[in-house]
Amino acid sequence: MRILEITNLKKTFHSNFLIKKYRILKGIDISVEAGEIYGFLGPNGAGKTTTIKCIMGLLFPDEGEILINGRPADTIDARRPIGFLPENPYFYDYLNANELLNFSASLYSIPAAAARERIDRLIQQVGLAGFERLKLRKFSKGMTQRLGMAQALIQDPDFLILDEPFSGLDPIGRKEFRDLILNLKEQGKTIFFSSHILQDMEMMVDRVGIIINGKISRQGKLSELIAGSTRCHEIVCSQISEKQLALIHPNFVRRDNQYIITLDNEAEINLVVESIIHNNGLVIAVNPVKKTLEDIFLNEIGEVQ
Amino acid sequence: MKINIKGLILNTFKESARNKMFYLLIFFGILFALSSKLISFLTLGDAMKVLKDTGLAAINFFCVLIAIFTGINLVYKEVEKKTIFNILSKPVTRGHFIIGKFFGLALTMLLALAAMAVIFFLLVFLVGGGFDLKILLYFFMLYLELLIIVAISLLFSSFSTPILSFIFTVSLYLIGHIMWTFNEFKMLLQSKLWIKFAQFLYYIMPNLDKFNIKNDVVLDLPLQATTILFSVLYALVYILALLTVTVMIFRRREFI
Repeated sequence: MRILEITNLKKTFHSNFLIKKYRILKGIDISVEAGEIYGFLGPNGAGKTTTIKCIMGLLFPDEGEILINGRPADTIDARRPIGFLPENPYFYDYLNANELLNFSASLYSIPAAAARERIDRLIQQVGLAGFERLKLRKFSKGMTQRLGMAQALIQDPDFLILDEPFSGLDPIGRKEFRDLILNLKEQGKTIFFSSHILQDMEMMVDRVGIIINGKISRQGKLSELIAGSTRCHEIVCSQISEKQLALIHPNFVRRDNQYIITLDNEAEINLVVESIIHNNGLVIAVNPVKKTLEDIFLNEIGEVQ
Repeated sequence: MKINIKGLILNTFKESARNKMFYLLIFFGILFALSSKLISFLTLGDAMKVLKDTGLAAINFFCVLIAIFTGINLVYKEVEKKTIFNILSKPVTRGHFIIGKFFGLALTMLLALAAMAVIFFLLVFLVGGGFDLKILLYFFMLYLELLIIVAISLLFSSFSTPILSFIFTVSLYLIGHIMWTFNEFKMLLQSKLWIKFAQFLYYIMPNLDKFNIKNDVVLDLPLQATTILFSVLYALVYILALLTVTVMIFRRREFI
């Protein structure tokens, strides 16, 4: 079942006095299936936040259609099952965490007793226990991000839209957030999140959409995008001199008492291995180096530019 | 569809009530109301009249200031600080948001006015006066006027900066108290088109003088029930019209 379906989404911003046009989204198509983690990847300024704001009704698209569970996204019923964490969230600094979450619960008409129970659990879950009564103006960026996650989860949503959820978090916080997101997936939730931190994305997503200059340049299962895509091969060897190795293949590095030769061409493997053996060297391993999301991402950027 | 505006109203109330400016203005309002007792001692004539005249004027002035200063910032701050993202991404329409803001501020004004009214009634008792229903009626009419000012400031706050909103709201407030000049101005006009235009302005501008019954209270003049009733109706219709326009403008706003 499709939770989110975006078809031909276009958005243009105008400068003051409508003189200059900035085409931010140039016809975006995205589909997110129920129960998956969808990573929305793109460099800064590619249109990630603009797309998310269009989904959440904060911006009005020029063209295109956005459906959430088959309903147009600009209705409040469509937004009801969505938990949203904006990029660099801002909250009322005169409230404390407890009050803010109570306010969020009130917007979903959650009864007071149920809200109290849920807030207590969320405070624990996002790691803000002990800070419930602290005014938000005293919160650090990481704490604000955690609180943002808690308010996004207040109504136990089926679908989470997270705009740069790892921003402002330290490595421990990032790990906790990753675990939290994976745990939510296990509970059957669908998660759509944008990021430019490739490492986090690679560790979590089922499918990925790469947006560059307002267009989806690639979309699909991460495993399929990466599968069968060997970037190069590495030959690990020892018991051979650097002089001999330089004659066999110039592209190598020394690590401890071993050498690692990087081959871009698969056809060279046999020849290099035979040459090492011929020179009384020891071939320890021949490893294919798989493409990472980063390689795919950088490749896409390179192609577009 | 379950709509919850209560949360928005209470949050707006909290926002205003936790603003230091709010307490500062209430403090000055009470201070000036108290000083009217001093003035009444220093002035020749009926001490009670002087107390009512200066005290009610002070309360009026500071309540109007609170309404304008709080109103012009309400929507602007939400947009500027991006807190609005967290509200509009929830099952809240833009109409709910504006109505929640209005009633939240209406609650704040009620609190501010009630605090000043209690102090004023205590002063009246101290000078030897009793409970005067007309003074209560004065506060009621002032509250209606404050609600219109709140709705005006909310309208401007929904699309412009606080400085511009302040200028627009204060201008309309001043115009609203000199509406009688429109009729005199109309007499001077020759062209029918200009007369119609002046008439149009007369009808769309807020006639805030309708709510000013201070002279009737101070001089103890009789008040017509129909006049009061008409003023109440006028306030309701005017506020409804202002909120409708505000929602229409706000529905078209994008949040970049």
